Amino acid sequence: MSPAIELRNISKQFGPVQANRNVSLKVESGTIHGIIGENGAGKSTLMSILYGFYQADSGTIQVQGQELKINSANDAIASGIGMVHQHFMLVDTFTVLENVVLGVESGWTLKASLDDARETLIQLEKEYHLEVDVDALIQDLPVGLLQRVEILKALYRKADILILDEPTGVLTPQEADDLFRILEELSKQGKTVILITHKLREIMAITSHVSVMRNGEMVAHLKTSETNREELAELMVGRKVLLRVDKTSSSPKHEILRIEHLNVKDQNEVSRVKDLSFSVHGGEILGIAGVSGNGQTELLETLTGIRSFQGGSIQFGAQKIQSGDKFDASLMRDLGVGHVPEDRQRMGLVTSFVAKENAILGYHRDKAYNSTFEMDETFMLEDCSSKMKDYDVRPANPELQSSLFSGGNQQKLVVMREMSRNPELLIVGQPTRGVDIGAIEFIHRRIIAMRDAGKAVLLVSVELDEILSLSDRILVMFSGEMMGEISADEADERRIGLLMAGIREKAA
Amino acid sequence: MWSDLLLILDASLRMAVPMVFAAMGGVFAERSGVIDFGLEGKMLGGAFVAASVAHLTQSAWIGLLGAIAIGIVFSMMHAFASVTKQGNQVVSCVAINIFAMGLTTVLGQAWFQRGGKTPQLPPEARFTAIELPFAEELRDVPILGEIYYELISGHNILVYIAYIMVPVTAWIVFRSRFGLRLRATGENPLAVDTAGISVNRTRYKALVINGILGGMSGAYLSTAQLAFFVKDMSAGKGYLALAAMIFGKWRPFQAMLACLLFAFAEAIQSRLQGVSLPIVGVVPVQLIQSIPYILTVVLLAGFVGKAVAPKAIGEPFIKEHK
Repeated sequence: MSPAIELRNISKQFGPVQANRNVSLKVESGTIHGIIGENGAGKSTLMSILYGFYQADSGTIQVQGQELKINSANDAIASGIGMVHQHFMLVDTFTVLENVVLGVESGWTLKASLDDARETLIQLEKEYHLEVDVDALIQDLPVGLLQRVEILKALYRKADILILDEPTGVLTPQEADDLFRILEELSKQGKTVILITHKLREIMAITSHVSVMRNGEMVAHLKTSETNREELAELMVGRKVLLRVDKTSSSPKHEILRIEHLNVKDQNEVSRVKDLSFSVHGGEILGIAGVSGNGQTELLETLTGIRSFQGGSIQFGAQKIQSGDKFDASLMRDLGVGHVPEDRQRMGLVTSFVAKENAILGYHRDKAYNSTFEMDETFMLEDCSSKMKDYDVRPANPELQSSLFSGGNQQKLVVMREMSRNPELLIVGQPTRGVDIGAIEFIHRRIIAMRDAGKAVLLVSVELDEILSLSDRILVMFSGEMMGEISADEADERRIGLLMAGIREKAA
Repeated sequence: MWSDLLLILDASLRMAVPMVFAAMGGVFAERSGVIDFGLEGKMLGGAFVAASVAHLTQSAWIGLLGAIAIGIVFSMMHAFASVTKQGNQVVSCVAINIFAMGLTTVLGQAWFQRGGKTPQLPPEARFTAIELPFAEELRDVPILGEIYYELISGHNILVYIAYIMVPVTAWIVFRSRFGLRLRATGENPLAVDTAGISVNRTRYKALVINGILGGMSGAYLSTAQLAFFVKDMSAGKGYLALAAMIFGKWRPFQAMLACLLFAFAEAIQSRLQGVSLPIVGVVPVQLIQSIPYILTVVLLAGFVGKAVAPKAIGEPFIKEHK
């Protein structure tokens, strides 16, 4: 039997960037095949070529033994390839049914098309255990179900080969397990599944074969049963990596931040943070876990003075701020709060500025950077240059435009700016989102070093592994509320996962 | 009093027509994710071409076709700039409006030498009132008969077409396959693209329909409401139509009601001039004339806050490159 998919020598270039270089891949029919690699390794580009989003500069594609030209999503769909994208391709204001039939309607009128599709869809849901209310509006459904809708969309289009691009990024561990059960069910029924991910755990948990990509090249094809996490990590990065973070147990000191009954509403008057109370001490890392969009962003923005709050108080050292008090980002900075924002490109950096300018953003009024009338360019240059060496930002060129640094180095630039001010409290949001393993290692070590120096760290991350490996205490947020607090020694994925899904622990 | 009211309503119905055409055109464009306040320019261009062509051919219908043609030309210019070339949609609209304003004035003067006015059309070359069956017989029946005679009968064909376009637009947008794709394109073009439908082609189709309706709105002004074109004859009606459409939350029936409201304010305005009100006395004409505009501002500021626009409106569709 010919393989479901065979790619030979695929190359693709975007401007100066070689996204794929002579990539070959063979996926056997009916298997779950993992493709792993760091951000920017070229996994998504490769799959976009297979799905007809981009055309390869060279190379051939064979599907079920037949050589094909895939020039559009339509061609891919016609040859039985379905894709579940990282960001769901759904129309929020449509129902599940409308989303499924979009593009494959059976006639001119909508009603007839929907009526035709309804039965087929319900049948499919039963067959693959993918129950979703077909008349529910997409905007009312939780993300776990949205993914089901995406899978149903592909199945409805008669896909035999299903590509999933980073499917667990927005899921709780339980939802991810659910997804894996679905994928196993699909493969049992003869479908071929390609799973793109950067998470080693998922590869080990579910795939039968794995291909590793690095810098646009395919570096290994392995049987999952014959490899292990360490080997895969080494292949991904190209050198030995430490997967666990070494840290000693914490020794919390005096309280630095205390939040009482904090309430935050967004611009649409929707409550985002509800009656939240907690405190952070010097010498500890408090981790806030939760599926993204459960109020963490609003909490971060409030604590750093970007967003106002409607009730409760924030006490920082001796300074107590009530709702309604004058309070902004520069005040928080003056008080000694460092902030590594969740989205470095949107809030952390002005990407069109050069590194030395970004290195002082928010602290640019500091006398050290100013001479009588203008900025002290020489000092900015020296200062940035020495910090860049200290924080291993590569290339260590203060005059380079920030957008030209890689994701990991942009993040290091932000971390450098905030940590080098030596704040009493460091607030960090998603410190390693879209960052390569090498930089993750570095940033994690720095965060722990800050803690060991007696500073307080508040860490918000949707990556549960990150929360588990760094935090001394863990708070779980769900729908703006605090679901519970767990100390690091008692924490495990299952317990936190349930809290992340909004299921409270019963009082023992 | 009753007959006054009927006359005001009758006038509102007629004054709303160009706005209704334009607002329906706006629904198509904006539901597909393309901002269109170039409606003003299409209306003006349509009015000029309709009057000129009708004068040359002595046929209102050929004039109408000409107006539709210029409407499509303008909307294709908009499509090329903002869909194909991914330019800024607002800038493209401004360009069309300025272009239409300049071109109609200059050509009008060059061709007809009457200070921008086109020659008066004879009744045969314009759309005239149609008496519906039994209107005359029923006019004395109280209330229903009067409404039928005054309000429903006695309009030109474009008035009827405009109000038929409302349910037709609603049906296409909400009940047809094209409508589903249209709305999806305005909400989440990436979803449309991955479903194997061309986003740009859908937007082009929407803009062709938009051009047709925009042209018709202009033809109404110069060959039905009046019998000639004068410069700047659209007088902001295209913008009002857009405001009505937003006020109507991108829904055809609500948009039509908003158009009627604006037209009602305009109709009442001409009736109120010189009328003495208790306590205040005679209200200055200028104040009365500004009623429709004040109403627009108040309505838009006060009520539209909650209106949710198509999510992808104003964004050219670019496949992301990593």
